[in-house]
Amino acid sequence: MISLAGRDIMHAWGKFVFTGVGLGLLIGITLSMAGIYRGMVDDAKVLLDNSGADLWVVQKDTLGPYAESSSIYDDTWRSIRSMPGVARAANVTYLTMQVRQGERDVRAMVTGIMADEPGAPGWPPYLVAGRQITRGHYEAVADLASGFKLGDRLQIRRNHYTVVGLTRRMVSSGGDPMVFIPLKDAQEAQFLKDNDAIRQQRRRTAENPAFNRPQVPDLLAAIIASQSINPYVNAVLVQIDSGHAAEKVAASIRRWKRLTVYTRAQMEAILIGKLIATSARQIAMFLVILSIVSAAIVAFIIYTLTLGKIREIAVLKLIGTKNRTIIGLIMQQSIALGLIGFVVGKITATLLMAPIFPKYVLLEPMDSIIGFIAVVVICILASIIAIHAVLKVDPAEAIGG
Amino acid sequence: MTGKGIRIEGLRKRYGSGDTAVDALKGVDMQVAPGEVIGLVGPSGSGKSTLLKCLGAVIEPSGGRMILGDEVIYDDGWKVNDLRALRRDKIGFIFQAPYLIPFLDVTDNVALLPMLAGIPNAEARSRAVELFKSLDVEHRAKAMPSQLSGGEQQRVAIARGLVNRPPVILADEPTAPLDSERALAVIRILNDMARKLETAIIVVTHDEKIIPTFKRIYHIRDGVTYEEAGEGRGVE
Repeated sequence: MISLAGRDIMHAWGKFVFTGVGLGLLIGITLSMAGIYRGMVDDAKVLLDNSGADLWVVQKDTLGPYAESSSIYDDTWRSIRSMPGVARAANVTYLTMQVRQGERDVRAMVTGIMADEPGAPGWPPYLVAGRQITRGHYEAVADLASGFKLGDRLQIRRNHYTVVGLTRRMVSSGGDPMVFIPLKDAQEAQFLKDNDAIRQQRRRTAENPAFNRPQVPDLLAAIIASQSINPYVNAVLVQIDSGHAAEKVAASIRRWKRLTVYTRAQMEAILIGKLIATSARQIAMFLVILSIVSAAIVAFIIYTLTLGKIREIAVLKLIGTKNRTIIGLIMQQSIALGLIGFVVGKITATLLMAPIFPKYVLLEPMDSIIGFIAVVVICILASIIAIHAVLKVDPAEAIGG
Repeated sequence: MTGKGIRIEGLRKRYGSGDTAVDALKGVDMQVAPGEVIGLVGPSGSGKSTLLKCLGAVIEPSGGRMILGDEVIYDDGWKVNDLRALRRDKIGFIFQAPYLIPFLDVTDNVALLPMLAGIPNAEARSRAVELFKSLDVEHRAKAMPSQLSGGEQQRVAIARGLVNRPPVILADEPTAPLDSERALAVIRILNDMARKLETAIIVVTHDEKIIPTFKRIYHIRDGVTYEEAGEGRGVE
C-alpha cells in the first residue's frame, strides 16, 4: 500500500515545509524558554559550586547571603575556623551594582574575597587568563561575560581597579557576571559614603552632647573612627574536613555561634525554591501558553489542509477506503508537520536563539527528548479535530445532486 | 440473467418521516445485463441521484431488493456486512468530474483500488497499465492529474472504475464536462469495456448528445422508472 500522507506531502512540499518552518520557530521559542529556566537553575548551581563552600554561615534568621541581606562581624570567621570539622573558613561579601569602565557600565556581582590562596572559599576556582589577586587593594578578577579584558581599569564607587585575571561561568543566580576584588575594598565599597555625607555625619556626631563630652576628650574621635570603618561581611564560607558530616558541623556552629548555617542542599533549595521561583513559574506559564498556541496552530493547519481535500476524501470513502487509512493520512501529516517543526525549532533554539540571549540558555538533551514527545503528542491531539471532520464526510458527496 | 449484472425490484427510498416524509423512489424496477450499457435519464429532482446512491450502497433504501450478480445485497435490509468492501470490489464509480486524487500520479490513482483490496502494489499497477492501453492513456501513466487534459482525466477515471473488474459500474453524468466528440468517445469506451469485461454499466445522463447511443433507456420521474427502447445508434 502506498503512503497517501507521504504522497500528499511531496505533492505540496513547499507549502508543507514552509508551514513546518513557521511552526518550528514557535517550537524554537518554546525550547529556548525551557533553556532559559535550565540556565537559571544552572547559574544558581554554578554560583554554589564555584564558591567552594560546604557551609554558608549567615546572620541569624536570614536567608542570606544571596536571597536576603546578611551581616555578621568580620572576625567571626576566626572562631568558626577553630571549630571541629572545619578545614577552612573565609569571609565574603556580595554586592550587585553597576561597575563602570570608561564610558560604559556593566551590571555585576562584586565579590569581596579574603587574602588567601587559590582554592580558598569564595575564590574563583580557575582562571582562563591572567592571575589571581595578589595585592590587598585595587586588583580585580572578572568573568568573561562582563566583557572586561586584562588590564582594563574598572571603577567601583570612588576607587579604580585593574583587571588582572579572567574567569568563566562565574555568575550570580540572576546571571550577572562576577567581579572579584579584595575583601577590604569590598567592605569599603558596601558602606562608602561621599565626602559631603561623611562631613555631615561627623558634624551631627560632634553636635550630639552624648558623644562630645568635655570631660572625655578622646570619645568623639573614637566614635568618628568607628563610623568610618565597616566591620561586617555578608557571610562566612566554610570548607569541611574530610570525614566530617556537613550537617553535624553546621549544627555545632548554630549552637555555639548563634548564627544561621546552610548546607549545600539547603542553599540550593533557597536559590531554586525561593530566589528564582517566581521567574521559574513565569517561564512555566510561558511554556504552557506556547504549547497551547502550538497545538492550536497545528490543529488549524491540519484542519485547513483537510478541508481542502474533502472531495478527495469523499471519493476515497466511496471507493472503499477504510476510515483508518484516511485517519492515518491525517495523523501522519500532522506528525510530519510536528517533526519538521521540531527539527527547525531545535536548530533555531540551539544555533540562533541561545547565542543571542543575554541570559545563559542551557538546552539539555532530556529537555529535547521531552519536547519531542510533547510535540508528537500535541500533533496527534491537534489532528483530532480534522479527523472528526473527516469521519463526518459523507461518501455520497462524491456523487452529484 | 446469470453471473454478473444487476437487478433491482421494487426499490423504495423515503426521506424523513411523518408529514414531512418525501418518497424519492416509489418502487423502482431495473435490470441491466452483463456487457450492457443503459441510460438512466430524468429531470432534476426525479430521483436519479437517490437511485444511484442506493445502487452504490452509499445510502440505505427503505425497501425492495437488489441483486448484484448472483448475490442478493439488499432485501428490505442490507445482506452484506461490509458495504465499503462491496463498493470497493463489486461496484465501479465514474463521476461527473474525474475527481482524481491530485497527489497521486495517474497509475497510482487507478492502482489505489486494487491496493486497498490487498493486491500487491506491482500487480495493482500492472492492472492499471493494462487498462491504460485499452483507454489510450498509456503514455500518461506517470503524469500527475493536473497535467492531463479533460478527456484524458475522464479516461483515467473510467480506468479507476474498471480496475477491480466490478460486475456493475455506475456512471454519474460522465460526459457532462466534455464536448460532443469527447462525450461520444467516452461512451464508445464504456461500450467497449462493458463488452470486454462483461460489466453492466448504468449511465445517468441528460446529455442529449449521448442519449441516442443507448439501446435501452430508463426514464425516471417522481421516483418511478419507465423502460424505453433507445435508438441504439451506438458509436462509430
